[in-house]
Amino acid sequence: MLKEKGILFDVTLCIGCGSCYDACKEANNLPKTSEDFLKDHLSDNTFNVIEQYDDLYARKMCMHCNEPACESVCLVGAITKTSTGAVVYDADKCIGCRYCMQACPHKIPRYEWGTTTPRIRKCNMCAERVSNGLIPACAESCPNEATLYGDMDQLIAIAKRRLQENPDKYYQHIYGLEEAGGGHVLVLSPVPFEQLGYIPELPKESMPEFTKRAMEKIPSVVVGGGIFLGGMYWLTKRKNQIAKEERSKNEN
Amino acid sequence: MKIKNINVSEILKPTFWKITSVIIVIVGLFSTYFRFTQGLGATTNLQDTVPWGLWIGFDFIGVGLAAAGFTIAATVHIFNMHKYEPLVRPAILTAFLGYSVVVCLLVVDLGRPEHFYHPLYMWNIHSVMFEITWCLICYSTVLLLEFAPVVLEKFNIKAPIKILKAISIPVVIIGVLFSTLHQSSFGSLYLIVPGKLHPLWYSSLLPVHFYVSCIAAGLSMIIFESFLIARGLTKEEGFQNTGLKMNILSGAAFAVLIALIAGLLLKIYDFIDSGKLYLLTIPSTETYLFYLEILLGTIAPIYLLSHKKLRENKKWLYITSICVISGLILNRINVSITGLAASSGVSYFPSFDEISITLMLIVLAIFAFRLVAKNFAVFITEEHEHSVSEKDIAKTKPITIS
Repeated sequence: MLKEKGILFDVTLCIGCGSCYDACKEANNLPKTSEDFLKDHLSDNTFNVIEQYDDLYARKMCMHCNEPACESVCLVGAITKTSTGAVVYDADKCIGCRYCMQACPHKIPRYEWGTTTPRIRKCNMCAERVSNGLIPACAESCPNEATLYGDMDQLIAIAKRRLQENPDKYYQHIYGLEEAGGGHVLVLSPVPFEQLGYIPELPKESMPEFTKRAMEKIPSVVVGGGIFLGGMYWLTKRKNQIAKEERSKNEN
Repeated sequence: MKIKNINVSEILKPTFWKITSVIIVIVGLFSTYFRFTQGLGATTNLQDTVPWGLWIGFDFIGVGLAAAGFTIAATVHIFNMHKYEPLVRPAILTAFLGYSVVVCLLVVDLGRPEHFYHPLYMWNIHSVMFEITWCLICYSTVLLLEFAPVVLEKFNIKAPIKILKAISIPVVIIGVLFSTLHQSSFGSLYLIVPGKLHPLWYSSLLPVHFYVSCIAAGLSMIIFESFLIARGLTKEEGFQNTGLKMNILSGAAFAVLIALIAGLLLKIYDFIDSGKLYLLTIPSTETYLFYLEILLGTIAPIYLLSHKKLRENKKWLYITSICVISGLILNRINVSITGLAASSGVSYFPSFDEISITLMLIVLAIFAFRLVAKNFAVFITEEHEHSVSEKDIAKTKPITIS
């Protein structure tokens, strides 16, 4: 069994060079979508963006949740989690209901609106490269180690150490560790995360939990409802019968 | 059986509604063609931030308004209140056609409609969408079984009717259960978006809200339909027995009243329990829409229906049913579109093609309703139901189209 892998992105180290943006495009065979990569946004042809906030740069990409909302809502199971923790998509299964786009707490999945055979498009943590022994293109291309790829437990340890050793440099929070149940992409920042466009106040429990609580009640609704309806049928029929008998008795 | 007695000149006689319908259907067919040849991007205003639009919203409305299919069937067959017998067939037909529209729209909305059969053998039982898909399939089958006797009667095929009659109670019970599940599950779809759906509508009780509101609106739809038919169609062939039976409709309206009060109490409980009352004082588009939805769809009808005189008055009952239906439409649109607009950051309005395909399916459903009502014994009296298996069948008239 492969160890769970993830990505640690440190805003304080990012110089906004665009290497990861270009490497992602190349690794996924994606066409050019913008003259200026800093102005580009996530789309069916862009799985990784770098956004500029004054002199800080923030990467936006799939967070590869531990319990992905997209995976839980996909009725045909087109979205799955690999043994390394990457959230991957199988276009051959997908029927195109787009519930994953609606459900994603990080608003990541994009759709190929322009074709008649559209697919969901998003970062898959370079699942193919990783299975060939490589590391994700963004991590490989980063010249300043702002994006690290590695075992999740090690990445979490590194992130915690950085926060501890440089309390003045960092905003004391690891984004992605607990957000929406946590995931495989962690972010460190010198400022509160909402200032960098990361979605604040996500619940700490995983998103599928919200649905599970309702879905759990289905068996009891079916059994209880069935018994109730059957009972009512029997009761009301009996009542009508008695009323009928009474009436005929009275007539006689 | 041959199709005869078609009066061509009668069919071709232009009336306002005929011309409008034909235009809507032709335009809708063009839009459908474009949708399947150009893709969703070119023909809809859907986008990455608004993945669901009018079609999904209309699915919620269609399913909600078709709820009388299971409530009336349960009232008559499970609770043995045979007074409401004349409403059963129209309600089941309405439900079946409503679900047909919904299924068509779902397929139109799918990005890969050619993969529509995948849920049959690719299963993810944790998905609400999976549950809804299977409930829709099963409940449509139930509706077919419930309506089949009407068709078989017409063609005087008696053997299957006996079987259908024998299994009718389990079928009705299964239908009620499937309806309960998917009506509420349409609300469950949004449980997973606590951060996106506006807190005025987001609630862990969403499935219960959806269920209670569909009961009131489904019955109102049948009341509304009865009025429309009584106003315009009673003289047409097949629409005998469609004169308003006010005692039945008032009874149904009383059930609407109870469902509305239950829904309102549930909403009040929900707002107090989750500490959301302060939201009602924040001026915003969402708040105004919420007030409109509650005042029009719940408070006003509760006020009107709680007066026995108004409940038994034709005009007021008609107005009230329109209020309740509008309330459900507003609610479903608010949950599926407007309640998500703020978090998506863009404003969405359906495209021409989205609207025209939706309108086309509505027109086709109305046409189908008239066609079926004309040719089959949809509108019956209570006595007819009990005597139909013996002798009435032989006298049925040939199929007519117009």
